[in-house]
Amino acid sequence: MSTKLRTALVPYLLSLPAALWLGIFFLLPLVTILGVSLMTGNSIDGWTLTWNFSIFGDAISTYATQFGRSFLYGGISTAVALLTMYPVAYWIAFHGGRFKSVLLFLLLLPFFVSFVIRILAWQFILADDGIILGALKDIGLIPEDTHVLSTPFAVVAGLTYDALPFMLLPLYVALQRIDRTQVEGAADLYASASARFRTIILPLSAPGIYAGIVLVAITNIGDYLSASILGGPSTTMIGNIIQTQYVNNADYPIASALALILMVALMAAMAVYARVFGTRTLQEHVT
Amino acid sequence: MRPSGEQEPESSTGQSVRPDLLRGLTQPRFSRRRFVRGAAGLLAAGSLAGALSACGIAGTRDTGWKDGFDWDAWWSEQSKQGTFDFANWPLYIDRTKDGSPTINAFSDEYGITVNYRPVIQDNATFFAQISPVLQAGQSTGYDMVVISNGWQLTQMIKNHWLIPLDHSRMPNFKRYAAPSVRDPNYDPGNTYTVAWQSGVTGIAYDTNNIDREITTVKDLWDPAFAGKVGMMADDTELGSVGMLALGIDPKTSTPADWERAADLLRKQRDAGIVRQYYDQSYIKALQQGDTWISMAWSGDVFLSQQSGNKNLKFVVPDEGVMFWQDNCMIPLHAAHPVDAMMWIDYFYQPEVQALIEDWVNYICPVPDAKPIIAGKLGDPTVADSPLVFPTPAMEKQFVAYYDPKGVEDQLKWTSIFDPIIQS
Repeated sequence: MSTKLRTALVPYLLSLPAALWLGIFFLLPLVTILGVSLMTGNSIDGWTLTWNFSIFGDAISTYATQFGRSFLYGGISTAVALLTMYPVAYWIAFHGGRFKSVLLFLLLLPFFVSFVIRILAWQFILADDGIILGALKDIGLIPEDTHVLSTPFAVVAGLTYDALPFMLLPLYVALQRIDRTQVEGAADLYASASARFRTIILPLSAPGIYAGIVLVAITNIGDYLSASILGGPSTTMIGNIIQTQYVNNADYPIASALALILMVALMAAMAVYARVFGTRTLQEHVT
Repeated sequence: MRPSGEQEPESSTGQSVRPDLLRGLTQPRFSRRRFVRGAAGLLAAGSLAGALSACGIAGTRDTGWKDGFDWDAWWSEQSKQGTFDFANWPLYIDRTKDGSPTINAFSDEYGITVNYRPVIQDNATFFAQISPVLQAGQSTGYDMVVISNGWQLTQMIKNHWLIPLDHSRMPNFKRYAAPSVRDPNYDPGNTYTVAWQSGVTGIAYDTNNIDREITTVKDLWDPAFAGKVGMMADDTELGSVGMLALGIDPKTSTPADWERAADLLRKQRDAGIVRQYYDQSYIKALQQGDTWISMAWSGDVFLSQQSGNKNLKFVVPDEGVMFWQDNCMIPLHAAHPVDAMMWIDYFYQPEVQALIEDWVNYICPVPDAKPIIAGKLGDPTVADSPLVFPTPAMEKQFVAYYDPKGVEDQLKWTSIFDPIIQS
């Protein structure tokens, strides 16, 4: 092998592990589910590739409600998680002192337990005559027929609850990195507390907000556990449909098509999001 | 001095040509690197498309035993191996801290080690686990599995994935089995299956919250219980109860009947009567007071009553109750079929069944176990419960499920009832 050829190949050889990784764990599954979604057939006769592109239109029109609901629930839960976790992360980063690690650990402690177990515990806690609603009903604060389980509220609450650590950590990291002398400098120049927050802290923590939103929104929009355990009739999310079609009905094409549509929709949403609030704005703030 | 013919081009024309322009004009636009890259991309895309159109996903047709296979001859060649693997549902056999007394006694008596594995959580998931193995013509590693009657069992039979039972090796089934578990509509003549336990899907309600008598399936549609009615998320159960409410026999129903039942169920949901479509957790919802009235499985309600929920009552509605069975069967390629047959014959003895039944509390397939539970085991609560030993009047109310004729039929059913559950 000539030296020239070898030199030319070096970049490719160096990128080979990454390319293999992407190929095996991203491209191959993606092409496979695309292929499966274009097949027709059934579990007994098998499925053959018939390039059935109409499945995407059918899937979207049949399950438009569930798609819409997934994005709605995912969006609300992400927003609530951001609004609740930002003050917490701020307080730990700026006022946690030597207890920072302890506080973070305490906040993350419940999340060492499996999500399924925690959601089942919420099912018990929020029962109609359970420890919260039962007590409130006994003292007459809420009407007798109030219930929380089986409502959209319960599903969104479950999603939000699960999202908390994934929102907290990136926010904390971003807030922690802020140079305190900038804040002090602003204070010396008579910037009010709210001005300091608006012009220094919030912009500098933008990367954390961005990362937190991406992490939480993607997982929550595709979630199915919260809806299946805390939801009721008409809180079905697209994840539940995919799960039923795949496991119970063995309808692989529709399950694959739905998964693919969800993925493309998420990627499109993230692309728009990155364009609007994305990397460029972030870099301007950081540098 | 150089010959004049070898002069540089620049000096011959008197103009200087930019070398990069010259190279651009005389060499191919595509560099070799770009060409190689493009070719590799095309090749990859082409081979993927080729691979996709060449291979679909194989179905299960013709992956079982061939028609005309001589099972009698096959059985005559089999012999006891001294061990067998049994996959069952959790909490579905008698249990002490030393394991199951029934299994231990069986091992001692026949010298057969039983690898008892309570691995089945629900039919669809378990079927999804074993079907690729059977499809590939390999052993599941189980000599006996327990599957409820329904689409998964129908597929096991239709795919020829089950070994026909050797009826000469199960005299105790012939002698002691209850009439209700003989010759079921989904497996005529018990060719492939015998009941492990049975149960009924009726109605349970909480007498603390409902003070009137519940007698009919239509009570699940009563607006007085709006938001407090639990329905099942299983489309077979849900569709069947919808047909009972309309007075249609599910066993002989048609797609037109299914549509009517679906309409009725949709009305129930849209009127806000349904609290939720539950899986196994319906019983917890009933105990917690989330629901007041619910579709329910007999055994769950009996167990719940035993553990202190005296306010729960199980009703066999006037229209009938859906009667289901969890069935023992021997999957194809099982390595220890004779040992599995010996187990079937063993557990159909009344003394053995009494031990299991006193612990499991679903509907007992052996009526003769009743006096043994009442007498020797001293547990009249179980022996006298109609949820364990149904009365003849109750047995008259048993209704069989629709048995799907084929995959199209099944898909039709799910396409009608699934949108109600998952809206």
